Amino acid sequence: MNISAMSNNEPLLEIDRLKVEFDTRRGLVQGLRGVTLSIGRGETLGVVGESGSGKSVTAQAVMGLIDMPGRIASGDIRWKGRSLLGADGERYARDIRGKEVAMVFQDPMTSLNPVLRVGTQIGEVLERHLGMTRKQARTRSEELLAAVGISAPGRRLDQHPHEFSGGMRQRVMIAMAIACEPQLLIADEPTTALDVTIQAQILELLAELQQSLGLSIVLITHDLGVVAGLCHRVAVMYAGQIIETGQAEDVFERPAHPYTQGLLRSTPRLDEVSDRLISIDGTPPNLVTPPDGCSFQQRCPLSGEACKKAPQLAHIRPDAEAACWQPSTPAWATPLMTPSISH
Amino acid sequence: MGGFLLRRIGQGLLVVIGVTLIVFIATRMVGDPVKVMLPLSATDAQRAAFAQQIGLDRPIGAQFVDFVGDMARLDFGESLWQRRPALDVVLERLPNTLKLIGAGLGLAILLSLPLGAIAALRPGGWVDRTTVFVGLFGLSLPQFWFGLLMIVFFAVTLGWLPTSGMGGARYYILPAITLALPSLARLVMLVRSSMIDELNQQYVRTARAKGLHFRRVVMVHAMRNTLVPFVTLAGWELISALAGYTVVVETVFAWPGLGLTAMQAIQKSDLFLLQAIVFIVAVLIVIINVGLDVIYKLIDPRIRLA
Repeated sequence: MNISAMSNNEPLLEIDRLKVEFDTRRGLVQGLRGVTLSIGRGETLGVVGESGSGKSVTAQAVMGLIDMPGRIASGDIRWKGRSLLGADGERYARDIRGKEVAMVFQDPMTSLNPVLRVGTQIGEVLERHLGMTRKQARTRSEELLAAVGISAPGRRLDQHPHEFSGGMRQRVMIAMAIACEPQLLIADEPTTALDVTIQAQILELLAELQQSLGLSIVLITHDLGVVAGLCHRVAVMYAGQIIETGQAEDVFERPAHPYTQGLLRSTPRLDEVSDRLISIDGTPPNLVTPPDGCSFQQRCPLSGEACKKAPQLAHIRPDAEAACWQPSTPAWATPLMTPSISH
Repeated sequence: MGGFLLRRIGQGLLVVIGVTLIVFIATRMVGDPVKVMLPLSATDAQRAAFAQQIGLDRPIGAQFVDFVGDMARLDFGESLWQRRPALDVVLERLPNTLKLIGAGLGLAILLSLPLGAIAALRPGGWVDRTTVFVGLFGLSLPQFWFGLLMIVFFAVTLGWLPTSGMGGARYYILPAITLALPSLARLVMLVRSSMIDELNQQYVRTARAKGLHFRRVVMVHAMRNTLVPFVTLAGWELISALAGYTVVVETVFAWPGLGLTAMQAIQKSDLFLLQAIVFIVAVLIVIINVGLDVIYKLIDPRIRLA
């Protein structure tokens, strides 16, 4: 059942039937409704889905950033087999967060503290986790800035975030994240706020770092092209659940869940001329009162009687799982990575 | 930075000149020193002689030319009430006021940062609600009345502290608290709301995701950003204290400072002394404002000095 069965080594991070709730004025929003996920060493997992599907909440839960009115209702998050929840877990979590597992956020414009020098913001991680002195941290920070492709790092350390461009700030964020040579990097839409040309540079940098540091990466995105280019595995989220997961290429070539199919079909393609963009009809369900049964049934062209019962993630092929009673291979399916042959 | 300072000093000079002009006119409207200083039985000849002696018999234009010329030489004339140079009186009283402001505002600043920050950690919690309630209380209480209540309770009824005057540390307690209360209330409210804002910012999430100690996230990351509005309000409190609150507090506690002296100068129609006081206060306010701009720049490098 567990996806990590595919990777031959012990998983770094395991998320086990995680439920997160937000107590809002409109009612109890079920942000995550039983998410199970695991990451092995050196692996890149793409998490895709539309806004509100729970991608970011999953990352925040791992980093301990679920704030009031949100809370982890049930389930577990384990790092190298040890839980990060509960009083003991939180103590453990404080020491591994920023050190063994680090995060890069979506908007580099607001993610850095505007009034602190960049050198201070990188150095404090080193002082906190590696017990470096201020001087050691400065030397190391300079190396880190150079490693993420920032020129004149010594001078840049004394500058403030507003003196950096968006792409450069994201490089600073990455330098901060890899400061303690973490094993896992969670990147929550790291390129969404950047120019297209800069996006490619940042993704390239992530790929390079993965090679040189042996990083595992969780890449949260709604850009399917990015996942196809960078990720080994992909998990598709919908309404607070993972509805399909498998090898990235495989999922793109033979999506089994009708939602994944719709998502892929609605990605505009450069090699086809079309008058209008394709979209999935309807809207995601209200997570205060999620529907009984499959959460996609109202929008699903294939929904039937069976869908009134909630489907669980189940193997559809040896290395692919989908939460659907009628997994299918759509007629239109063509490999995403090769030019389209028919339409 | 050098250009900025020169520009600000030029602007400050204009402000000081403008203020003294207004004071020059206003002091000549509030009362006739000749009437106040001389006994009722004085003859018209005596009155005329006195007016001539202090230069009030001349046309107002000529008086103003003299006034500006004297001011440029820092000569503010002789205090009618104290019979000695007005500037000497001001410089003798000014340190007393600065000490009182230092104690009162220092108390307000030192208490407001931790109180506001603690309240902001749990908005709606009991610490927060207590802080807001006490803050509103401090804001709505008239300062002179609060001062009188303190005197009645701590000095008269309990006899713990002196009722008024200036002396050792014990003399500072009541006037400093009275001066601090409304400032403290405003500063706490500001720190609280600003910290609530800052703690919800994205960079705080980044800091937490880095595994930093909670203390560092609050005291360094969020607090540093809160300091920008805080310095603005603290500067305003300093200026208001100098230009107004100390008049009330010093009068209530008979504190021999500039505020009390200003009150007395007005009562005695001592216009030369009043002019000297206003001039010195205006100069101080200009200096404080330039200082504040420099502090802003130190806290938030995004601020451009212009």
